[in-house]
Amino acid sequence: MTAPLLRIENLSVEFGPRANPIRVVDDVSFEIEAGGSVGVVGESGSGKSMTSLSILRLVPEPPGRISGGRILFDGADLLALPRNQMPDIRGRDVAMIFQEPMSSLNPVMTIGDQIGEAILLHQDLNSAQRRKRVLELLRLVGIPDPAGRIDAYPHQFSGGMRQRVMIAMAVACNPRLLIADEPTTALDVTIQAQVLALLKDVRQRLGTAILLISHDLGIIADSCERVVVMYAGRVVEEGDVRSIFRNPAHPYTRALLKSIPRLDDERDRLYQIPGSVPLAGSVTQGCAFRARCPLRVETCAVDRPPLFAFGPSHKAACWVTAEAAQARSAAEASP
Amino acid sequence: MNAQASTRPAPVAEPLIRAEGLSKVFSSKTGLGFGGKRADVRAVDTVSLEVARGETLAVVGESGCGKSTLGRLMLRLIEPSAGKVLYDGEDLTQLSPRGMRAMRRHVQMIFQDPYGSLSPRRSVADIIAEPMGVFGIGSSARERREMVADLLTQVGLPPRYMDRYPRQFSGGQRQRIGIARAIALGPSFIVADEPVSALDVSVQAQVINLMQDLQQKRGLSYLFIAHDLAVVRHIADRVAVMYLGRIVEMGPKDAIYRTPHHPYTQALLSAAPEPDPDRPSRRIILQGDVPSPTNMPSGCAFSSRCPLAQDICRQERPPLRDELPGHQVACHFARPNPIPV
Amino acid sequence: MTTASIDTFEPVSPAPSRLEIFRQVILARPATLFAAIVILIFVLIALLAPWLAPYNPLAQSFLKINKPPSAANWLGTDQFGRDVLSRMIYGSRNSLILGLLSPALAAVVGTTLGVVAGYFGGIVDRVISRIVDLLISFPELLLAIIIAAALGGGFWNIVVVISAAFVPGFARVARAQTMAVRQEPYVEAAVAVGVSTPVIILRHIIPNIAAPIVVLMTLWTASAIRLEASLSFLGIGTQPPNPSWGNIIRDGLNNLFGSPWPVIGAGFAITCVVLAFNVFGDAVRDILDPETAQ
Repeated sequence: MTAPLLRIENLSVEFGPRANPIRVVDDVSFEIEAGGSVGVVGESGSGKSMTSLSILRLVPEPPGRISGGRILFDGADLLALPRNQMPDIRGRDVAMIFQEPMSSLNPVMTIGDQIGEAILLHQDLNSAQRRKRVLELLRLVGIPDPAGRIDAYPHQFSGGMRQRVMIAMAVACNPRLLIADEPTTALDVTIQAQVLALLKDVRQRLGTAILLISHDLGIIADSCERVVVMYAGRVVEEGDVRSIFRNPAHPYTRALLKSIPRLDDERDRLYQIPGSVPLAGSVTQGCAFRARCPLRVETCAVDRPPLFAFGPSHKAACWVTAEAAQARSAAEASP
Repeated sequence: MNAQASTRPAPVAEPLIRAEGLSKVFSSKTGLGFGGKRADVRAVDTVSLEVARGETLAVVGESGCGKSTLGRLMLRLIEPSAGKVLYDGEDLTQLSPRGMRAMRRHVQMIFQDPYGSLSPRRSVADIIAEPMGVFGIGSSARERREMVADLLTQVGLPPRYMDRYPRQFSGGQRQRIGIARAIALGPSFIVADEPVSALDVSVQAQVINLMQDLQQKRGLSYLFIAHDLAVVRHIADRVAVMYLGRIVEMGPKDAIYRTPHHPYTQALLSAAPEPDPDRPSRRIILQGDVPSPTNMPSGCAFSSRCPLAQDICRQERPPLRDELPGHQVACHFARPNPIPV
Repeated sequence: MTTASIDTFEPVSPAPSRLEIFRQVILARPATLFAAIVILIFVLIALLAPWLAPYNPLAQSFLKINKPPSAANWLGTDQFGRDVLSRMIYGSRNSLILGLLSPALAAVVGTTLGVVAGYFGGIVDRVISRIVDLLISFPELLLAIIIAAALGGGFWNIVVVISAAFVPGFARVARAQTMAVRQEPYVEAAVAVGVSTPVIILRHIIPNIAAPIVVLMTLWTASAIRLEASLSFLGIGTQPPNPSWGNIIRDGLNNLFGSPWPVIGAGFAITCVVLAFNVFGDAVRDILDPETAQ
């Protein structure tokens, strides 16, 4: 088995004073295979965006800092690299697209110049070659009439088209990993479907691995092979997409799947999770979900559950369900 | 068969509130100085609908379709350019400012933004008691505080926090405060403008369930505005789908979800990503963008993106007409198309 | 109804009280504390002038014309032999009252105009805004000179003149703020529950635009003192023989090389007060609007 393209090991990110820090990402580990697609799903304060920013070392410092862990890209620890080498990684090896396609583009530069700039940073092409490459990219992301649009400004594009331009910029240098942080949250449902289809297409055609960050389980189910569920800065469950959606092992994942409204659902009443999402870093002891958990036992308040194995590629951090699963497999093993 | 049997009958007799030919045109000048052209945007274009007592009508559409403007027109928070809103037979658009203020006792609103819709400098008790003060409900400050405590209990918040400020609460808790304010006057009709879209996924169900509980207890009627169809699946009795200022399809919930007739409704239903990795991927992915409302296609507004569009669609605007009893569709080629969900 | 334990409904974050913010902003920053002390000292001087001043500020003495500082006259004497220190102490009354009163008066008038224009919009806004634009195109000093020329001198006229010069600024800030706050969902929410327009303005608009207005007031306190000095310097401010810091400087300039002490003393006092009010104004902003403070 080959080494993964990206491996995050025990990543922690803290904010605020060193003496009394708020830990917004707490001991997070997961990995992405080359050409794979991993979805990180979580609500506000889950630490999913900070995790993705850490990969490119874009955590705002101060007040934040990466306080521990390693991020291995192709075997090299990105966190150990000198800071001045990060710009070479960004865009060339790892590219990122953000939620807001309006403010991520410079309003006074043409689309063609902005994509061209991304190419210029990492590839040695003359201006005619560059323009050719930009047209190619615009065609790749499905902008109609690329030759007519290349000299247009961002404000002449709709939100969905701007997100396509962002994707074109991101894949300009054939990165091996594309991080998409809530790429469709600002878009309408019908436009979202277009952009998600485009991301799948890019992955298939260019072999780019995709790390998709979203609060929407529907998008994750639709677009990812593996899923990482985060809650209050921690990974609570990780596994292949079918295990997560068919046999969720963490009470949070289970409750979330039960509570979200679905089109094909005939129930009169939604299942509801009590309580509020905890503030980032506010839970320091035990399991972060325990206050809202229907299964909680005394251990949950004291000891933080590690990730237990629930299958060959399925892990979840819950004392109660892990014990139940163990009991079940023991019962199956003995006649 | 079953679908027909389980749908509610069309509202009988006089509905609680009815909009007739409601329109709103926003005009803005483009260009600099005096020579600019006027660009008119028909945000809401001759919309008629009604909501019966105790009923929830969901209005669903993408950004810019005019759903929020429609909600505000129903409450006359925006003055309509044309049309009437009849509440219990009385035309709200004809009321004097004083008469309209008095009417607000009966028609209320729940807002999308649980952060912005609560004044940051006022305590929870001040915010909820404000409408009581306007209508002289409660004879003393103490009595009002008791009523506030009761309202907070009804929306599931401990009353002991009534002197805290909004910024100390989470999004879901703030939305409960907003709901307590909306029901403080005992209204019959509430417009809820995307009340859960700004909330965390795990608290959306709480708020939807709370609204359902309150509806049952108090016999409320809701106009529930949403941008996707999944959210309103549980709370709606009927659904209206809007596209570029017009209702393109309206009917009983089950008819809309099981046998949508309009190609736009079908596309909306199939585009929504479902939390199910095994769902057959038979999406209708619409091409192109929503046209700019200042530059609407002639004929059917959806014709520029519609997979079924023919010449007639680009020439003639289809009227909203009954396909089945209580189920109206505005499409020249309306036909039932069950979506594999 | 729910299985939630009560503690899951705790408000998510405790907010610091006003007093705590006040303590943080005032006491944790030495500059702010120092500015507050400076302002306090000057206010005390103005209040206690009759007891603090060693001489009558108007008493002339031909024996002591243009004397340098001495044990008897700490800041020397002016061209009429009057004690400069005593004139400065009494002058602080005029300067400070002007400095506090005229921005306050301007704030009331300007904010009213600005809020009305910003809230109602349309023709009301266009009329008020054009007048404000017209006034704002004059430098404050020029505007003050024009009005002073029309009204004549005298202390209360000067208050009116300086206020009038500040009104357009307040009106403009209030209008812009009102237009922004008007768009806030909580204002629409107040309309939706039936609150009347005057109550909305008083309860939901004004408290939320107060922070920049108060900051402007403290900043223009400094400007008012400066403006009064300029007017007095030009001879249309506080009328002699009454002292103000401005006319002390004007009179002192006639004999700057003979005796620079009146100019230095009054100039120093003006600088101190202006600086103190500016620093204090920043702190006031942070107290009123803790969310914008870092």
